[in-house]
Amino acid sequence: MTKDFDFSQIDAILENHEKTAIIAILQDIQEIYHYLPAEIFPYLAKKLNTAEARIYSVATFYENFSLEPKGKYVLKCCDGTACHVRKSTDILEYLRGELGLSESKTTTDDLMFTLETVSCLGACGLAPVMTVNDEVHPAMTPDKAAALLKELKEAE
Amino acid sequence: MLLKSKYDLDSARLTYGGLVDKQSRKVLVCAGTGCVAGGSLKIYHKLIETIQAKGLECVVALADEPHDDDIHQGSVGVKRSGCHGFCEMGPLVRIEPEGWLYTKVKLEDVDEIVDRTILNNECVERLCYKKNGEIYRQQDEIPFYKMQNRIVLEHCGHIDATSIKEYLAIGGYKAFEKALLEMSPEDILNEMSASNLRGRGGGGFPLGRKWASVARQKEPVKYVVCNGDEGDPGAFMDRSIMEGDPHRLLEGMMIAGIATGAENGYIYVRAEYPLAVDRLKGAIAQAEQFGLLGDNILGTDFSFRIHINRGAGAFVCGEGSALTASIEGKRGMPRVKPPRTVEHGLFDKPTVLNNVETLANVPLIINKGADWFKSIGPENSPGTKAFALTGNISNTGLIEVPMGTSLRKVIYEIGGGMRGDGKFKAVQIGGPSGGCLVTPNLDISLDFDSLKKVGAMIGSGGLVVMDDKSCMVEVARFFMNFTQNESCGKCVPCREGTKRMLEILERIVDGRGEEGDIDLLLELADTISSTALCGLGKTAAFPVVSTIKNFRDEYEAHIRDKKCPAGNCKKLVTYQIDPTLCKGCSKCARACPVGAISGEIRSPFKIDPAKCIKCGACVSNCNFKAVKEV
Repeated sequence: MTKDFDFSQIDAILENHEKTAIIAILQDIQEIYHYLPAEIFPYLAKKLNTAEARIYSVATFYENFSLEPKGKYVLKCCDGTACHVRKSTDILEYLRGELGLSESKTTTDDLMFTLETVSCLGACGLAPVMTVNDEVHPAMTPDKAAALLKELKEAE
Repeated sequence: MLLKSKYDLDSARLTYGGLVDKQSRKVLVCAGTGCVAGGSLKIYHKLIETIQAKGLECVVALADEPHDDDIHQGSVGVKRSGCHGFCEMGPLVRIEPEGWLYTKVKLEDVDEIVDRTILNNECVERLCYKKNGEIYRQQDEIPFYKMQNRIVLEHCGHIDATSIKEYLAIGGYKAFEKALLEMSPEDILNEMSASNLRGRGGGGFPLGRKWASVARQKEPVKYVVCNGDEGDPGAFMDRSIMEGDPHRLLEGMMIAGIATGAENGYIYVRAEYPLAVDRLKGAIAQAEQFGLLGDNILGTDFSFRIHINRGAGAFVCGEGSALTASIEGKRGMPRVKPPRTVEHGLFDKPTVLNNVETLANVPLIINKGADWFKSIGPENSPGTKAFALTGNISNTGLIEVPMGTSLRKVIYEIGGGMRGDGKFKAVQIGGPSGGCLVTPNLDISLDFDSLKKVGAMIGSGGLVVMDDKSCMVEVARFFMNFTQNESCGKCVPCREGTKRMLEILERIVDGRGEEGDIDLLLELADTISSTALCGLGKTAAFPVVSTIKNFRDEYEAHIRDKKCPAGNCKKLVTYQIDPTLCKGCSKCARACPVGAISGEIRSPFKIDPAKCIKCGACVSNCNFKAVKEV
């Protein structure tokens, strides 16, 4: 555990929530760090007067919480039914191949890209869709994904 | 502006109504998730800039403390509306008072819209919806809308979704006012029971009975919870209501509070709907500012507050007891029932738990009466239902039709038939808990009871249309994969059973299916359905059972002949070289990693299916498109 972890931001978050609102607290923390750093668990347990295991159990239950650092660009391919029948898998496979990622390895080593699937973004009318840091890109194809990736890489 | 009495509320409605009426023309830019993704917000800002540059008065928001001279007669209102439902044609811009709908609007079109429509009252026909050579100027004339009966979604796309003032201007919170000042809780409960409104979240449980059960509880603290955890992939009606008409939902929850004696309401929204969270937060803040939420509302002794909880990505939280656990900050795992949520729900208190679309029906019933509501749709499932129409269909989007409308009408008349040249094969209804409907079911009436009879369910209302190129075994695998992922792991039948079923389905689509697999799937399905703890597990096997029932031959083709009749399962594809197209260049043979391709230069090459590993290298390396997938 790093000694120089800055807990002041965590304190600020805790002030805005009731002690039982663990999910909301974790959501706010993740908004800052884009993942849940290991340091926060013992700290929250003490502050919220609950077991570290309970907080950890919540963090591991929900899909949205990540215990691993995420890339600067989080790409999410929708694999909901509507996107699936319009061939979203081709886009996912293309991006995985291009970024050297897989189902188990979702973030590139340079922490630039994280590639995930999401089960439905509710933008089924524009299927297949993907998001880049929550910005929705409609009617995707592997070619459009290639152009998007190129654009993101060039912006760096 | 704080409204302290009925008089204040009435005068606010009059004032804002007057201000809205002064806007001789309104331009409503769709700001639903779909159109925003298409760039509608940029169009919105450019419209405002361009209109102002022409020296016209442009009204974006109604003033806080309205005075008569705030808005001049003849000004132009530019607004962000909720989802129109016709996402396929977005970004959409609606022009009032004419009711024109401009489709697929681009940033470059803004100048022409301002010059011709706003300055000269002309319709830009180039942007109107066209079909079979006919131009549809009016939104209501477009076949997609003409057949619909939009009552719950009536405001979506027609009012500024971000403004309580506009909601008040069209008579908003009238149902709440009536319920609070003119009706007793019993009157409300009776009206709701008489309407026979059934839960739109899937179960179809009568709302009146649920509310009455909560109202009966002696416990003084009660809660109203709105389930906005619309997890079914391919369903987005609740998203549209939360984004497009948030005040309607708040109003429904407030009425539930009066009827049952609750003082706090919670809305649980999926994490994947950030826009809905924003709109709801805004709407709640406005309602508090106007004194419609808070203590002693409109001078009565009724107090009500609404809180928002964001989900964190767990499908199972759509289940009642898992959802309340999640609001309490715990793992979202269902518990054994009874006791039911109406007795021991959120924080162990009696709780009304309804879904978004259901609650959005409530103000309508209070305003127009149970008899009016019952005049729509069949007797046992009155009212309308919103369906999300997606997949291989021409007009994808959100529709609302009376319950009991035939599937044929929905697909061919509203949906415009199949997309491209595909042939209709099946509709998956009700998401991962539902079943599929096939050609003989096309004339089925879409309501709770008729669908149950054929082994499907209305679910939350997602209709995913599939054409002949969709493989039903792969669709079943897809849903099983989804449910398996989302199983919370608490009970064994669901945790282990879905895993075993998924393994079998994966084997089948990979060409490793065995004789007896179908029977084993059905046996597992039966066991899981009868023993799982919650709805997720009980219904997990439905898509498999339903596809086996309707497409058993397709399963058998995968298992016995190792063929995918739809040509969809990659591992079952075989590659062949078309001798008429092959030039004998040997490029494919050199690309093949396992040496499965042989032949002589300048004569057609051949693939040895016994050696082929189906990697597809030959296909991508052939310059003459001679390698075919069969």
